[in-house]
Amino acid sequence: MVETKPQELMTSGNGVGTLGVPGERQIMMSVQHVTKHYKTGTGTVHALEDLSLEIPKGEFLCILGPSGCGKSTLLWGMSGLHDLTAGQITINGTPVTGPRPEIGMIFQDANLLPWRDLWQNIQFPFEIKKIDFNPYEGRVKRLLDDVGLTGFEKKMPRELSGGMQQRASIVRCLSYDPDVILMDEPFGALDAFTRDEMNLLIQKIWMETGKTIVFVTHNVSEAIFLADRVVVLTPRPGRLAHIFPVDLPRPRTIDMTFSPEFIEMILKVKATIERGVQGNTAAMADVLHLG
Amino acid sequence: MASELRETIPTFNQPQGNEASADVDITNWSALTSTAFAKSWGEAAAIVVLAVVVIGGLEILLRLANVPAYTMPRPSEVGSALLGNFSLFAPHLVATLQVLAIGYAIGAVIGIVLAGVITQFPFAEKIITPYILLLVTTPMIALVPLLVQKMGFGPAPRIIAVSLAVGPMVMINSATGFRRTDLAKIALARSYGASTMQIFRKVRFPLALPMIIVGLMVGAIFGMLTAVGAEIVGSGEGLGNRLMFYSSRIQMANFWAVIVILATMGILIYVFFYWVGKRWASWQA
Repeated sequence: MVETKPQELMTSGNGVGTLGVPGERQIMMSVQHVTKHYKTGTGTVHALEDLSLEIPKGEFLCILGPSGCGKSTLLWGMSGLHDLTAGQITINGTPVTGPRPEIGMIFQDANLLPWRDLWQNIQFPFEIKKIDFNPYEGRVKRLLDDVGLTGFEKKMPRELSGGMQQRASIVRCLSYDPDVILMDEPFGALDAFTRDEMNLLIQKIWMETGKTIVFVTHNVSEAIFLADRVVVLTPRPGRLAHIFPVDLPRPRTIDMTFSPEFIEMILKVKATIERGVQGNTAAMADVLHLG
Repeated sequence: MASELRETIPTFNQPQGNEASADVDITNWSALTSTAFAKSWGEAAAIVVLAVVVIGGLEILLRLANVPAYTMPRPSEVGSALLGNFSLFAPHLVATLQVLAIGYAIGAVIGIVLAGVITQFPFAEKIITPYILLLVTTPMIALVPLLVQKMGFGPAPRIIAVSLAVGPMVMINSATGFRRTDLAKIALARSYGASTMQIFRKVRFPLALPMIIVGLMVGAIFGMLTAVGAEIVGSGEGLGNRLMFYSSRIQMANFWAVIVILATMGILIYVFFYWVGKRWASWQA
């Protein structure tokens, strides 16, 4: 069970201004007029339409929206695994044209290789990148300890629960120390209790490492809990509806999610989403499933 | 750009529950390994007891009914023929194993390579498939007399027949294995900057391995049956030849001894691949 003891209350994020406007800080990632169209049998899907966004270094950004709003599309564009129809995404100033070593990605599924045990799974990125693993062993052991997986190194993925697998994938991601971590609805498949634990864990990791995290979710409460800023996208075509700064103090606790301020934020965000999809019946149907 | 990802975001499965049993069918690994060995001493004892009852009962029945040996020899006679005449059987056993081993090696290698090729190039699959179907449906044993005419009574016709029987089996199962695409794993590897070769070695091949092992096992069994059959129709040596030899001379005890040897070979093949599967493919189930 992950515990975060609220020590001194901190302002949101690592120095992001309380209005959520990035100040004089280094911009880690810049999304510039990004457009993504898919051609399908029944026509073109406008997954993203002229989306622009800047993410400062060390920010925890959540991308929120109903299904089909392009949030995963945006994340996969950021990862370099998918091409963009128009616009570009830069990291540290250089455009993303393919997968980058500064990026770590965490998927909806833990995505562990089932034929390897935990330790071998964590070694996988090093094998592909042809980096010697030995100098990183101590770091990996500490990370396993942080997430509570010490002693499970020889276990096969099928012997682990969903939550443990996802924690292993987090260790795998952090092991080679990427600057940016992209997370695609990583806790969606977990039950509510495990999800709360994982949210606390990822907040702890973020506060300790200061990494830039882009977290995609359809769960409003989760987004507000974790983020410095919440980017709301609305679907068909995928557009940026609004950016909400979240200036709740850190470290945040689960109890805070029941406070009046928090609930007020949830309602504000939901209203924005619903407004954004008004008149768009297909998108309305998706909103009804909104967490 | 990652071409095989083709702009699709992989769909991920539901929470990792315990899938109690994946689909169990002949093309699936779980079908062959779901029959576990004895889970306890009680089960092992039951298996032994049943075997004793069957063999012992047969022995008693045959004695009581005074069945002549040329109709059905008693298990005790078969047992003593097996042990006593083993030196007679041995060279033929070696001959059969040699033909099987060489034919199997050729067929398996070609089968796996072809499986890789046709899954990589869909057009190749279209042109090769008719010939594979032909090979699978034609009993290779029927070809052996023709080959013997051309090549004489040496091992070559039998080796060819065995590889033609083994190859398609290995190929079809291996192709099924290679066709299993797991976009999520490929995306994972790509996110680390993996090359196509790395993806093949570290993702697609391990993913295909359970089905490849199934193919190798089925190919081995088919190969053995073909080897014996080929010896029946066109050889002066080998266990199949011995079957014909002993049955024509009404030496039924020897005949059944050879059958026991063949059955033991088949079981050993199964046990070997069961062990291989447990070692290399148990992550699947």
